[in-house]
Amino acid sequence: MDLVILSAKGIIILVLFVITLLIAAYSTWGERKAAAFLQDRLGPNRAGVWGLMQPLADAGKMFFKEDFIPAQASKWLFILGPCLAMLTALMSSAVIPFGDSIRFMWDKVSYEVPLQGTELNIGVLYIFGVVSLGVYGVMVGGWASNNKFSLLGAIRAASQNISYEIALGLSIIAILMMTGSLSLRSIVNEQASFFEWNVFTQPLGFIIFLTCAFAECNRTPFDLPECETELVGGYHTEYSSMKLGFYLFAEYINMFVSSAFISTLYFGGFHYPFMNEVGSALEKSMGAITGHNIATAIQFILFFGKIFFFIFFFMWVRWTVPRFRYDQLMNLGWKSLIPLSILNIVITGAGLLFNFKYASWLIAIVMIVLAITTTVKAPKREMLTQQS
Amino acid sequence: MQLTNRAKQVSNKEMTLAEKMYLPAFFSGLGITISHLFKKKVTIQYPEVKKYLGPVYRGHHVLKRDEQGRERCTACGLCAVACPAEAISMVAAERKKGEENLYREEKYAAVYEINMLRCIFCGLCEEACPKQAVYLRHDRMVPVFMERDEVVYGKERLVEKMDDRYVRANNSEVKATPTEPSLTRAAT
Amino acid sequence: MTEFLNFFKTLTPTGYLFLVLTALTLFSAIGVVTARNPIYSVLALIATFFCLSGHYILLNAQFLAAVNIIVYAGAIMVLFLFTIMFLNLRREDEESKTNLTKMASVVVGGLLMVMLITIFRAKNAQVTTVSSNTSFNPNTGLVEHLGGLLYSDYILPFELVSVLFLVAMVGAVMLGKREAGDRHF
Repeated sequence: MDLVILSAKGIIILVLFVITLLIAAYSTWGERKAAAFLQDRLGPNRAGVWGLMQPLADAGKMFFKEDFIPAQASKWLFILGPCLAMLTALMSSAVIPFGDSIRFMWDKVSYEVPLQGTELNIGVLYIFGVVSLGVYGVMVGGWASNNKFSLLGAIRAASQNISYEIALGLSIIAILMMTGSLSLRSIVNEQASFFEWNVFTQPLGFIIFLTCAFAECNRTPFDLPECETELVGGYHTEYSSMKLGFYLFAEYINMFVSSAFISTLYFGGFHYPFMNEVGSALEKSMGAITGHNIATAIQFILFFGKIFFFIFFFMWVRWTVPRFRYDQLMNLGWKSLIPLSILNIVITGAGLLFNFKYASWLIAIVMIVLAITTTVKAPKREMLTQQS
Repeated sequence: MQLTNRAKQVSNKEMTLAEKMYLPAFFSGLGITISHLFKKKVTIQYPEVKKYLGPVYRGHHVLKRDEQGRERCTACGLCAVACPAEAISMVAAERKKGEENLYREEKYAAVYEINMLRCIFCGLCEEACPKQAVYLRHDRMVPVFMERDEVVYGKERLVEKMDDRYVRANNSEVKATPTEPSLTRAAT
Repeated sequence: MTEFLNFFKTLTPTGYLFLVLTALTLFSAIGVVTARNPIYSVLALIATFFCLSGHYILLNAQFLAAVNIIVYAGAIMVLFLFTIMFLNLRREDEESKTNLTKMASVVVGGLLMVMLITIFRAKNAQVTTVSSNTSFNPNTGLVEHLGGLLYSDYILPFELVSVLFLVAMVGAVMLGKREAGDRHF
């Protein structure tokens, strides 16, 4: 009996793994397409229909390139770097609930397996821990390359990730206070009704979390560890072939996982409005097993819809905003995001005391009002056209 | 000095809170980029769709024949002298009896070669030619080559085919300056 | 030999896991002190922390395991690595390996070992009698239990530690603060 559940779990994990890799591969294609469309171009469209074979072509190219290790590099760490990056990226999706559960009959016994790698009662902490390890891949690789640009990139990555992890953790704490649990599944179940999605109860926390997620994924506007204009390629300057491929791939997996994490924490995870009604109607019409499974499939698909939106959002921002300067990055992290998230915790705590869930809006409203009044009062900036 | 009237005076005033918050500007930027998602794409799918490059485009060279199909080139070498990239070389030969229907003048180019790696498509050969023999087609480009021995174009690829004659569009933009009154560009 | 084999036969899967983890822990901990290159040393230390987290999980203390990884492996060791990368330590740099430092380290290490051995020998007798399967509460390491304990029985030490952190932070800010006549880099 245990064996059946174990093998079902194994299949779910395998499927999620394959889906993660597929999505990461097609994110590279999507990134190029999104970039092209935002810049009035067409993007890759030669390999297959709409260029859908492009990831395969890219992978083929990566595999057949020369795998070069610099003579003065420390060889084992040079190899370890991309492996660590990939490992930590793949590990983090294990605790995200992708749907309710799957029911099936085996040997006349019915089973119910949750659609999740593993249900941990410290799911948030697990992801947080794995994310905090993600920087090792970059640091080890950057140091082992024995190249000044790589080292600078690695150091930037380290300080950036550590700085933004604090604000990331503090912005989650507000949610944990509201849910009272570290388990991702109970956080999702807490957001059952649409207006209790955490994005509506925690707008400020959401913005802070989103910003920090961008910084943790090393995505524009926080892609200083690999900024071409200053550091050639940053930490992966010396990398080539599939090692470079691993680094780039890990970035896209991180993007996928953080999109999933954002959807789970703030956008109700696999929940959608009228989910329970749809679920019970399906179970009534199609039976407890098929109906339930179809309801789960709908949740799964909608959850991925949310994830895809956030992946697109990552790309959208990348092709909109220029890179921050390093001091701006540090100022934003330490002087704005951390105090704001602490304020958010305090306000949320006070709100919980008086059973008022939407307390976080107070800060948001105060900030908006302040911004509007100061803008109205301020003298107009002189942006006049110069007339000779 | 002012070159355009689009210059903007930038003020260095202290930013207001809304500007410091970065988010309003950020969202307006997102709005601008997303609006481009639905705009018409400017890409031309090159090998399938070719853009008309205009009547003055300088493309593939062609050694013209006259109305009776005789080669006009007389191997004077002026094009080779004019060529700044020294891409043109030729060997002259004397016309034999019975070849009057092949070559217009008594002297002709037995070998006429243009090195397409050297050619910069400046069109000076066309201007230098006293016999209106060499032209740079406005409607065809030199194709991409994969091998180095494909690069030097000999007469077999330069001389105009009778079934594929080159007529330059006679429009007002192109000012033809005929050196031979009977053989204006329009006449070919 | 047969005794040894029998010991292995009696082990549960958890027992095997424990043995493997312990071997890994010892291996990486020895790596920390024997590695010539400080970077390798730090990486071995990170591996040690990982193995320790594994031990915490085996003890059903998931919260401790996660926090150990987040705080030690994820933050403090990153800072270690960060500083060591800046230091540019060369292998031929033998300055710190004079006879005096060697002697001192032998004495300190020996004392520590003696101390540990005495502690374990003293504790050993107690552990076997006190510890039994019935008294072990599997919920000890879980978040709820830990939180309840921290905010009830151990509230004073908890708050004192937070004051300690505050003092450390204020000190860091004071050190990092630019004074009026300072150079601007």
